[in-house]
Amino acid sequence: MDVTTDERDFDRLVSADERVEPRDWMPEGYRRTLIRQIAQHAHSEIIGMQPEGNWIARAPSLRRKAILIAKVQDEAGHGLYLYGAAETLGVERADLLELLHTGRQKYSAAFNYPTPTWADVAAIGWLGDGAAIMNQVPLTRCSYGPYARAMTRVCKEESFHQRQGFEAMAVLCAGTPAQKQMAQDALDRWWWPVLMLFGPSDEASAHSARSMAWGIKRFSNDELRQRFVDATVPQADHLGLRIPDPDLRLEADGHYRFTPVDWNEFADAISGNGPCSRERIAHRVDAHEDGAWVRAAAQAYADKHGDRAARGAAA
Amino acid sequence: MTRQTSRNEAPAGADVATYALGLGDDVLVLAQRLSEWTARAPQLEDDVALLNIALDLVGQARNLLSLAGGRENPGRTEDDLAFWRDETEFRNAQIMELDGGDFGRTIARQFLVSAWHVPLWDGLRASTDPDLAAIAGKAVKEARYHVGYARHWLVRLGDGTPESRRRAQAGLEDVWPYVGELFEPDPVTERLVTAGAAPDPAVIEPVWREAVEAVLAEATLAVPPTVRRPTGGRRGVHTSAFGPLLAQMQHLHRSHPGASW
Amino acid sequence: MTPDGAAPDRPRADRLWEVFVRSRRGMSHTHVGSLHAFDAASALLSARDLYTRRQEGVSIWVIPSAELTASSPDEKDSFFDPAADKPYRHPTFYEVPEGLAHL
Ligand SMILES: [Fe+2]
Ligand SMILES: [Fe+2]
Repeated sequence: MDVTTDERDFDRLVSADERVEPRDWMPEGYRRTLIRQIAQHAHSEIIGMQPEGNWIARAPSLRRKAILIAKVQDEAGHGLYLYGAAETLGVERADLLELLHTGRQKYSAAFNYPTPTWADVAAIGWLGDGAAIMNQVPLTRCSYGPYARAMTRVCKEESFHQRQGFEAMAVLCAGTPAQKQMAQDALDRWWWPVLMLFGPSDEASAHSARSMAWGIKRFSNDELRQRFVDATVPQADHLGLRIPDPDLRLEADGHYRFTPVDWNEFADAISGNGPCSRERIAHRVDAHEDGAWVRAAAQAYADKHGDRAARGAAA
Repeated sequence: MTRQTSRNEAPAGADVATYALGLGDDVLVLAQRLSEWTARAPQLEDDVALLNIALDLVGQARNLLSLAGGRENPGRTEDDLAFWRDETEFRNAQIMELDGGDFGRTIARQFLVSAWHVPLWDGLRASTDPDLAAIAGKAVKEARYHVGYARHWLVRLGDGTPESRRRAQAGLEDVWPYVGELFEPDPVTERLVTAGAAPDPAVIEPVWREAVEAVLAEATLAVPPTVRRPTGGRRGVHTSAFGPLLAQMQHLHRSHPGASW
Repeated sequence: MTPDGAAPDRPRADRLWEVFVRSRRGMSHTHVGSLHAFDAASALLSARDLYTRRQEGVSIWVIPSAELTASSPDEKDSFFDPAADKPYRHPTFYEVPEGLAHL
């Protein structure tokens, strides 16, 4: 097979750990992989607003209400950064949203689980955002420049998310017996979905090896999952909470051994039949359709008035 | 009419507390309504913007309720006030509690309220009460952004498509009857005005009206006719939409008396 | 108006904008990302909410992405390599005798 100059340039960039930028030549598979991954990531950010947004109105103190609003707002922002990064690859946000709405692109299946108590919000912050950080910090060095830059911005904000979740959890654990029980129940509910969030194990992961070679992925799903467990178990100990895994134990090598994720249990959630899958997408579609007349108004106004009103001297 | 109190005499603590409570309840309840748009806005950009405004309003509410609670004896915290008062003890104007309706009504309400907040906070910066003045100093900057955002959308909805124009006008007419309450005289405010601790609603109203009429003209929307309707939010009289809002907001906190969060 | 009868939820001119933020006085505007808006005023408003929530900026520029003219990566060699053999344009090219200041 004849290797073109373009391909050689691309390979050289990736192997030298340099960044690929939007106008560079790239293999079609690389482009498609990135679009799929970034879009799925963006969809997860905006669908993830629902289980937590659900608690803004009911937040148990005004301080927590403010923190939760700021957090959920950040997630909308993350969605926007990521859709922007995807668009540099020649797709449009409207098309990606259409794929989400029609179930042709996925989002993180963890968000298909409900948040029945306030402690679930705390657990999502502590565990869900904690897992997101593990996943995303390596992506700040992803070979595709716009994705890496979006992730840098996202990661700065995620550490606030994780800490606020941990703090909320710590307050519950130091609180009344009912609060502590609420915290334990939430950990029991979220532990396995969060481990699932790292994706299928390395043997079963169709895209992993390719993505590693392209510098899109830096660590395997299992490596990241292990790191997360190693980091999180001591935090649970500190809180006085029990990880719902009877076989969890610290090995001599300093790593925790844990029961492998039971993928059968998550098959439904992953394939879009989780407890809340339908309502998450329906909510999203309703919002989009309810907003159509507003977007049409903005369009009509722009057509009538152009950008004249806003043009000023550059400041 | 003669008044014994001279201007700039320190206002009574109870009056400042009552006044701050009303303004604090306003922004708390409005934030609660705005946050109902979470993950529901017409575009993601507006999810971010509406939550930004809600966040500012919660911040203002915390400051105002803390001030109000701190002037009481024994004092109450912001959370005592937010979560442990019943409907008849809330002092927000009724316009804040109205159901948000569609985006047209939400924007119309936000515009009318923020256009009132700007001259209100601006005037309150000169309050003889230093705590009120400090809160207002921060709030006025936020309110200027809020009114800018709401104006931006009201103009686009009013001068957009026939449907958006109809919805914007309808939203405006839904909330318009409730604006009068914002300028109603009450004894507490009157005493604070006399003491130089609060701006005079009679001075704010024409400023507000001028700003509103200019934007409605730009939005090609009609100024609705003034309708007299019974008010009473500042006395604890609320509309039927308010009870459910409060129940939702307070439920978790009240389910665990004495707990910390 | 949309002469081709585009559906209202697929508006023709929901354009992409590039956002530049001046982080503080004395600094240049730096590209921070992009966003969608129907007009410039909306783009500015959204940029403020999206890119300066944590006091990241004191001034914002937005420009329609379509109006950016960029150098092509294909011309990389002819555009940028000629500068590579002119080290004398950099002060470090010159030797300064020990002990002399203000040079
Ligand atoms: Fe996020
Ligand atoms: Fe997050």
